[in-house]
Amino acid sequence: MGYLFTGPMLLGVLVFTLIPMIFSFVLSFTKWSFVTGFDKIRFNGFDNFRQLLQDEVFLKSLGNNFIMLLAVPAGMGIALILAVIITSHVYAPGAFKVIYFMPQISSVVAVAVVWQVLFHPSYGPVNGFLSALGVDNPPKWLADPSYALPSVMLLMIWIDLGVSLIIYIAGIKNIPADLYEAATIDGASKLAQFRSITFPLLTPTTFFLLVTGIIGNFKSFALVKVLTDGGPAHSTSVVVYDMYQTAFVDLQTGYASSMVMILFVIVLAITGLQWLGQRYWVNY
Amino acid sequence: MGNLTLGKAIITLIMALLGIVFLLPFIWMLSASLKPEADVFKYPIEWIPQTLRASFNYHSVWFGKANFTLYYWNSIKVTALTTLLSVGVSSMAAYGFTKIRFPGRNALFVLVLATYMIPAEATLVPLFIIFRSTGLYDTHLGLILLGGFSVLGTFLLRQFFASLSNEYIESAQIDGAGHLRIFTFILFPLVRPAIATYAILRFIWTWNDFQTPLVFLNSKTLYTLQLGMNAFADRNGAFYSLIMAASVSAIVPLLIVFILGQKQVIEGISLGGVKG
Repeated sequence: MGYLFTGPMLLGVLVFTLIPMIFSFVLSFTKWSFVTGFDKIRFNGFDNFRQLLQDEVFLKSLGNNFIMLLAVPAGMGIALILAVIITSHVYAPGAFKVIYFMPQISSVVAVAVVWQVLFHPSYGPVNGFLSALGVDNPPKWLADPSYALPSVMLLMIWIDLGVSLIIYIAGIKNIPADLYEAATIDGASKLAQFRSITFPLLTPTTFFLLVTGIIGNFKSFALVKVLTDGGPAHSTSVVVYDMYQTAFVDLQTGYASSMVMILFVIVLAITGLQWLGQRYWVNY
Repeated sequence: MGNLTLGKAIITLIMALLGIVFLLPFIWMLSASLKPEADVFKYPIEWIPQTLRASFNYHSVWFGKANFTLYYWNSIKVTALTTLLSVGVSSMAAYGFTKIRFPGRNALFVLVLATYMIPAEATLVPLFIIFRSTGLYDTHLGLILLGGFSVLGTFLLRQFFASLSNEYIESAQIDGAGHLRIFTFILFPLVRPAIATYAILRFIWTWNDFQTPLVFLNSKTLYTLQLGMNAFADRNGAFYSLIMAASVSAIVPLLIVFILGQKQVIEGISLGGVKG
């Protein structure tokens, strides 16, 4: 009976995750394009991985992924401050949760299209505003290789803020109120209370958001694809985007699978490292 | 106390202003969707349009050459069926893993847990090949199956099933009910709030999914709204008022679902701490 209930899910896991993952692992050691048929698969050992280490676009994409990670703690910091304010210092906290959650429920395509227009170098409202303030040469944002990545990161923070905010608010609500009462009686300031009660007791939440945030960041694709198509000059390309291009546009199935394996190992390593490191700073 | 409330009011006001700035892109989008094209880039921005062209804009998006209605229908179909399938498969698995004892249960659960660490992006290429050789490529069925067998729902729902007392099951079993009966008529109604939470989250994620349809669909007539929107934006690159009308249209169903199920969404996110 147990197999009947769990069977469909187990079958799904097997067919849609485990078998593809093994397949992907095997393909990463091949030179193959899916258009040529299975009989043309040729094993080439570690050649793909050796080639990846010299592939400038791939290394650039991987580097961009690491730079983008900065958006995770930045967004979490903003979310934490807003969460503290919203839980105890405003009227109508529910309305604020909805406001900051808006970008998260809006489709990434719609959001990306709007920002493309807002960031338009010559007639976008953002630069219109900057010119009105007297900025002579406002940045070209998504069209400028040195501003494109920061712009994408800004949008990532804007989109994901709501999730971290809601999770932080839930964490704050779990902190026993008498801790704050005792601290207030002892004359601790709000800032001191934040430093010695709120922040330490939220470390499990922070840890959780950091791990999921970093993993989510490595998987970012849709925003990059719709917003910039990896450009200009690969300045916003990321591993998953490069993988998509290699597999479905350049049709290099084997080579793309090697990229996937590197992505998988990185995700696994981050999770493992965090897991090991957490006992040094997380209070449960 | 009077002082304290005044402080709270001031902070609320400041936060509200920040909130408006945060929402400016949406306000701009709505405002641009109501204007004639010539006014979209006027500076200073006309937040409240001087000339209204809303009915023309929305009419051209919905009934123009863009097939927008078809994309909308495709999205509704795929999203609704994915959500249904996913709720069914996940709640059954959650019940099985918490309420039925069977050999290998824990090992199998650990296996499912482990696959959760595999990013969906890592299986796109092999799945694409598998789908092509099984005829699932370029079908809605393929998308529905992929979304319907996601592990996340099992995790979310498992917590709720685990919190239900086993006495319900034991007393039902004494009355001669089997697991199928117990699941359908006793436990399923009890976990309805949890099911609603997961269903709403799954609905939002599926509606917004861009990556899966992009990889697994080819025919324009099968496009979901996200792909359709993207194609529409590319084709109408010069008509921003129309693009904004399309964007507003794409967000409206989510806004409705979110407003109706706001409590569930927020609870689900904070409980499971989930995304994707």
